[in-house]
Amino acid sequence: MVECTYGGTTKEGIFIIERDGMAVVKLDSGYNIGVNPVSCKFFGHPAESPPKKIKIPQKNDLPALSIVSTGGTIASRIDYRTGSVTSQFDASDILMAIPELAKVAHYRTIPLATILSENMTPAIWQELARAVYKEIKNGIAGVIITHGTDTMAHSAAAISFMIDTPVPIVFVGSQRSADRPSSDNAINAVCAASAATSDLGEVAVVMHATTNDDTCAIHRGTRVRKMHSSRRDAFRSIGIDPLGSVAYPSREVTLKSYTARRGSRTLALHVKLEEHCGLVQFYPGMSPDLLKIYEGYKGLVLSGTGLGHVSTTLLPSIKKLIRSGTMVVMTTQCMQGRVCDRVYDTGRDLLTAGVIEGGDMLPEVALVKMMWVLGNERDPERAAALMQKDLKGECNRRSTHGL
Amino acid sequence: MDYRSAGLTAGIEIHQQVNTKEKLFCHCQTLLRDSIEHSGEFFRYLRVTESEMGEIDRAAQEEMKRDRKFHYYTYDTTCLVENDEEPPSPLNDEALSVCLTIAKMFGMAPVQQVHTMRKLVIDGSNTSGFQRTALVALNGTLPNGGEIDTICLEEEAAQRVKDDIFSLDRLGIPLIEITTSPCMHTPEEVQEVAEYIGMVLRSTGKVKRGIGTIRQDVNISILGGARVEIKGVQELDLIAEVVRREVQRQQNLIAIRNELLQKKASVHDNAKNVTGLFKETKSTVLKKAKQIYAISLEGFAGQVGREIQPGRRLGSEMSDYAKKCGIGGIFHTDELPGYGVTADEVARLRIHMNAGVEDCVVIVAAVNDNQTACALNQVIIRAQLALSDNPVPEETRKMLETGSSAYMRPLPGAARMYPETDVLPVIVDNDRWNAIAVPELLTAKAQRYAREYSIDRNYAIQLALSEKLPLFERAVAEGIKPKLAVFTILSTCTELRREGVETGKISDEDYLASWHAVESGRAAKEAIPDIFRGLASGSSFEDVIRKLSPAVSLQELESIIQKVVSDRSDFVAQKGKTALGPLMGVVMTEVRGSVDGKIVSDILKKEIDSLLAAKKP
Repeated sequence: MVECTYGGTTKEGIFIIERDGMAVVKLDSGYNIGVNPVSCKFFGHPAESPPKKIKIPQKNDLPALSIVSTGGTIASRIDYRTGSVTSQFDASDILMAIPELAKVAHYRTIPLATILSENMTPAIWQELARAVYKEIKNGIAGVIITHGTDTMAHSAAAISFMIDTPVPIVFVGSQRSADRPSSDNAINAVCAASAATSDLGEVAVVMHATTNDDTCAIHRGTRVRKMHSSRRDAFRSIGIDPLGSVAYPSREVTLKSYTARRGSRTLALHVKLEEHCGLVQFYPGMSPDLLKIYEGYKGLVLSGTGLGHVSTTLLPSIKKLIRSGTMVVMTTQCMQGRVCDRVYDTGRDLLTAGVIEGGDMLPEVALVKMMWVLGNERDPERAAALMQKDLKGECNRRSTHGL
Repeated sequence: MDYRSAGLTAGIEIHQQVNTKEKLFCHCQTLLRDSIEHSGEFFRYLRVTESEMGEIDRAAQEEMKRDRKFHYYTYDTTCLVENDEEPPSPLNDEALSVCLTIAKMFGMAPVQQVHTMRKLVIDGSNTSGFQRTALVALNGTLPNGGEIDTICLEEEAAQRVKDDIFSLDRLGIPLIEITTSPCMHTPEEVQEVAEYIGMVLRSTGKVKRGIGTIRQDVNISILGGARVEIKGVQELDLIAEVVRREVQRQQNLIAIRNELLQKKASVHDNAKNVTGLFKETKSTVLKKAKQIYAISLEGFAGQVGREIQPGRRLGSEMSDYAKKCGIGGIFHTDELPGYGVTADEVARLRIHMNAGVEDCVVIVAAVNDNQTACALNQVIIRAQLALSDNPVPEETRKMLETGSSAYMRPLPGAARMYPETDVLPVIVDNDRWNAIAVPELLTAKAQRYAREYSIDRNYAIQLALSEKLPLFERAVAEGIKPKLAVFTILSTCTELRREGVETGKISDEDYLASWHAVESGRAAKEAIPDIFRGLASGSSFEDVIRKLSPAVSLQELESIIQKVVSDRSDFVAQKGKTALGPLMGVVMTEVRGSVDGKIVSDILKKEIDSLLAAKKP
């Protein structure tokens, strides 16, 4: 508690933090104001309110789900006492925040990491894969992974390649922070839990399908992309329709015929990744120098223009990379549609140089797949063949989907 | 009524929309739309969240009693920020400047660093579930010696279209909230302070005008009562009445408590299912109900039906509480038989409930067990409050049309505040504060006009408070005679409106064009009503002028006047010089006001004189 004097008036308030040379003080009315720190005088501590800890009973007759947290905002909020986002994370915290979840399943929670998703790394993907594998091996009915939305699609692709799963592995997050009454966190979480207890049998992302609070879409982990910086319905399936949907509030799950079903795969874990891989987006006038830094890398994904092109000035550098043992895979920055380097001269030259066509794979999925393929297959020819083979729904043989 | 000895203490909160180019936290215009024009629609659920201190606000908790599903209309003038699909833009600096100007006018101290907060509001009027608000200045003074506690810059809420449908055009318009201390002690004083603050706000020339652009909330308590906030008083004239009625309500609630204590009244949960008793009922409400429950309030007979303010009873308060559970209302035996419920049914109900004549039985009709339990619980809570040591609950209430009020929710507390982490704080340094120019108060302006332009004082005050003040100032700056502009704005337009002419449709540009036409002799000032009639009916200014002034030349005018005079030579002979007045009217009608009256009267006087001279023997 402090007393602050400024502009001829004195106010009492709770000192919260000193930031950018200003003291942030909370007044009785709940408003925060910033005042000059020298005008504040400490006079006592506010009455401590004991941290509430309510145990919420779980229903054991419901399916068991594991919630693996990587630092997503599904149940977090600012904690002014510690000055950071709440780090305590157990089933009670989540059920306190989203009581509706208790109707769907009972939960085990595994706090894996507390990071912003842009700080995700292949090493954490591996940790995540091991943790998820362990849960499934122990007989859990499904796994929910809470994740920041920025790189959720990358992580979903990584887990898709690393685990052959007989049960649903569902990534979920929220686009609008969990500390707002309008947050999409609760509906996304409830829909994710519903998908995780459903007949689904693959790695998926479950997020709002529209701006309304009515449906969540189930997206394949290898065909999903964040297509808007802030909207609730930012996640879209690219090149295929979503695997299914979860209606809200009925929680009814509908799956498409081509969606893998529970139990159709045998559990297996392949965690090896080759981290020396890169992804470069081509742009007009791009200097060949930019490719030089990838010399010594095991693989490079190019995000080319249109059918999969880069300027002819880059050809010598690409040839050099391939000759020295770097795998180069071409994808398209159009996102929609597939690469075909047989139509124009530049494309043919790229193929002659040894560039591998990445089909209709999304550039970032091709990168994650490359890490996994090169981590698990040393023979260049077999690795190249794997890059073009559909492993986890990342490559469509036919282009059935329009824009 | 001696309000001072009743211990009346009142404060007000004034909410005024600011007329900025863009909204407070996005770059949309501050434009109100007709809800028919909406271009899209979406719906959301709102959930209660904890404050940064880990508490849940009691007002928010109350709102959680019902389904929080809300529909929103979007427009081509709204964006993803209103839809709560995009983080807010930085705090609108133009709005902050207006807010600081007003703060300076009240002699307030600005907050050195302004922090935007989220005020939890989950009644659906904000897509996010909170209203963004920032405390900008503290400690102002009023001429009556009262204080202004705070001035805040807030975003306006979405307008309710109907039920749970909201329109997003209004959401995000900057709103200035001025809160006085509880420094007023009579209903009239409250109204005067509200009027004064409104005048100061309008003096900036930067606030929106018209219905709904300014709203007052009144905080009232009396000795033995409690602080009650009445929201949404839109008409200034009603403020004093609202205060009077709230005092009456609190006094009656205290009187009811005393009676109840005397009668040894008590509240027990003795609710019973009485659905069977109303199988054959004629009451449409009860016939439709899936289940009907009743509870007997011992010793409450006569008190539930007792009027506490015009049109409101203790029963209305119980009904408001129960409505929070989604039911339509309650019935109680103080008002029965009635509403299709027969005396016979009441008698059976009393027997079934084991209720004596001194007891009041309350009936709740609901769709399911949850709703019934919720509504019965609310009735019990309200009945217990009526009996308690604090018979006036601290509440937020909404004003009803006549000045009475209905319960909305408990008073919110500080627990509803959460920092808006998406908006950076803004520094208000000494340079900025010192650079703010304080505008002339409208009351001072009125005095100056009266003096400088020799305008009647009452006229000058009316003008200063008029929405057309900026137009007047523009006209004077453009060289229009102040008296012409004032007369048109205050007198001509008022008369035209009485005739049913929609003068509101006339643009400021057309006002100015009309005045310039008069000043340049292109039209007579007598023609202004006709010009305005034409403009209001949708014609362009040029069309109106062309139609009205068939460009009468001086020559034509002379011959018209000669004809008028000679046609009425007997009348002129009889009346002599006094014929001028009546004949003026005739000529002005002939030329349809297109010639200046002064010219007409000069020629007319000459013609009359010459006719009289000729007639003289």
